[in-house]
Amino acid sequence: MSKEAGAAATRPWYWPGLAAPATVFLLLFFVFPFYVVLAVTFGSIDPILRQPVPAWNPATWNPAILSFTLSNIVHTDGLYEAAFVHTFVFVALATLLCLLIGYPMAYFLARRAGRYKAVFLALFFAPFWISYMLRLLAWRSLLADDGYVNRLLLGLHVIGSPYPFLQGKPLTLVLGLAYGYVPYMILPLYATLDRIPASLMEAGRDLGLSPARTFLHVTLPQSYQAILAGFVICMLPMFGDYFTQQLLADRANTRMVGNAIVDALTQPIFVQRGAALILVMLVLLIPPILYYLRSTRRATELAR
Amino acid sequence: MSAPGVLARTPERRGARAWLANPWAETRFLWIVGIAYVAWTLLPVGEAVLFSFNKGRSITRWEGFSLRWYVSDPTGSVLHDPALQHAVVQSLKLASLTVAVTLPLGVAFALALHARRGPGSSSQNFLMMFSFVVPELILAVSLFLLVLDAFRFIGLGTQAQLIGLVVLALAYPVVIVRARLLSLGATYEEAAADLGASPMRTLGRVTLPLLGPSIFASGAIVFAFVLDDFVIVNQLSKDASTQTVAMAIYGAARTAPTPATNAIGTLMLVTSTVVITLAVVVQRRLARRTSAPAILGEPELAQAADSSAGS
Repeated sequence: MSKEAGAAATRPWYWPGLAAPATVFLLLFFVFPFYVVLAVTFGSIDPILRQPVPAWNPATWNPAILSFTLSNIVHTDGLYEAAFVHTFVFVALATLLCLLIGYPMAYFLARRAGRYKAVFLALFFAPFWISYMLRLLAWRSLLADDGYVNRLLLGLHVIGSPYPFLQGKPLTLVLGLAYGYVPYMILPLYATLDRIPASLMEAGRDLGLSPARTFLHVTLPQSYQAILAGFVICMLPMFGDYFTQQLLADRANTRMVGNAIVDALTQPIFVQRGAALILVMLVLLIPPILYYLRSTRRATELAR
Repeated sequence: MSAPGVLARTPERRGARAWLANPWAETRFLWIVGIAYVAWTLLPVGEAVLFSFNKGRSITRWEGFSLRWYVSDPTGSVLHDPALQHAVVQSLKLASLTVAVTLPLGVAFALALHARRGPGSSSQNFLMMFSFVVPELILAVSLFLLVLDAFRFIGLGTQAQLIGLVVLALAYPVVIVRARLLSLGATYEEAAADLGASPMRTLGRVTLPLLGPSIFASGAIVFAFVLDDFVIVNQLSKDASTQTVAMAIYGAARTAPTPATNAIGTLMLVTSTVVITLAVVVQRRLARRTSAPAILGEPELAQAADSSAGS
């Protein structure tokens, strides 16, 4: 800690002010917008212009729209009930799939790629700068009735007629979500597995553990925290995803919360409902976000 | 990584016969996973690029190679479709502007936070990291309501898109530059101070040059990241004049995509690949000159990924 103090002593009083521009920017365009969401949700609709009138004074807040939205989420056959159920089920399945695919891949990258490690890392990172829309477009043509996937399955006589992958199939959507977000699962897992000393595993083996038991009792417990972090970082963007549904499974039976929000915003009289849904989503996601921020902070402090 | 691990060095028969004899042996299984994963993530990209060169109108049936959808088709090709070209220009414009705004804000923020002296620096950091992980849709919708119901003078369009992208990307330079500051330690700055340099002079002559590679790297990452953005840019777009490539691909995919859609996607892919490659190359060269580790080298890349994604 003395080196921190030494460096700090050479810095003038105005130094923390360097953070001011970014902080002001975030307060104006990140924090204040949340207040606008509240003001719109608890505001009213102009009877003539038919558009939302935000209530800036909390004393005048009207909870009608929020309670309307909430009751439509929790009641069977409510307007948003199906969207919430879909979202939770699809996100849970896709996150689990991400773990099942991501763990062996992270393990491979960290421990078994050997001298090809750099090549595989580069290939692994490539999707981060390849347009997601382009990749979804590719899947749309691959999964079309006359696309290569159907042609392959027909050729192998797995199916007798083309399978309508793109006609609102939950399977396609879950696979699509996993495809889009699995790299986020692999990042923390890779970082952790790469850091477990090989000597620890050797110790396990020297003490007579089989490779499987070494994995179960040595490697896996060391990566629990990374698995949790991976779950959160995969899940968060999936909750806000609506375009994967639009491009891979555009039917009412697979609609997610994101779709309900984006649709509500297209009509000014329903904007309040969209704002209320955003509020609900934010409240639901704050606990995992806080967990994630705390766990990364602890990791950074440990690494120091 | 220090050693591939003793477990991998257990005697192994090599060759295809050994593989077929027991494909489930741990190392072999993991190699299959690795290759299958890369194929799964990248083959669709290959397909999309291939069909941008299709002779016919279909994006599912291959009818032979041509540059029709790049240059020669009189109405549908990228060269002859002003809307597609406009989308490319808008994407590049937004990406460059975002880099130009994000870098100074982010680097200054990282420098201040690294000193950790000001009041509230941990809550500032919390705010920054919160903006980093919150689902993009929440950012997009709250900014949408902001420009429609509060800051009406901004309005939907390029300005709103730029603001949203800066919020979205601001944490990248902060995380990357802070990681570099941590690994640099205080030695250089202390030496400069001992030799009588003022804090501002130390910043300009010592700290910033040492940070150069990481600033450059974060600029490239932000550029490539923003080029690909859809949710914010789409929600804050005004009309066709503020359409980006990602929006054009999305719109076309839902209606009637032609290989021209694949063609603009491919052009963007080439652009971001060039930017990232350039970043890696320039960054390594700079790093060698300042005898500092390259952030985009393999182990350091993992470290940067680690500090952004946690562990």
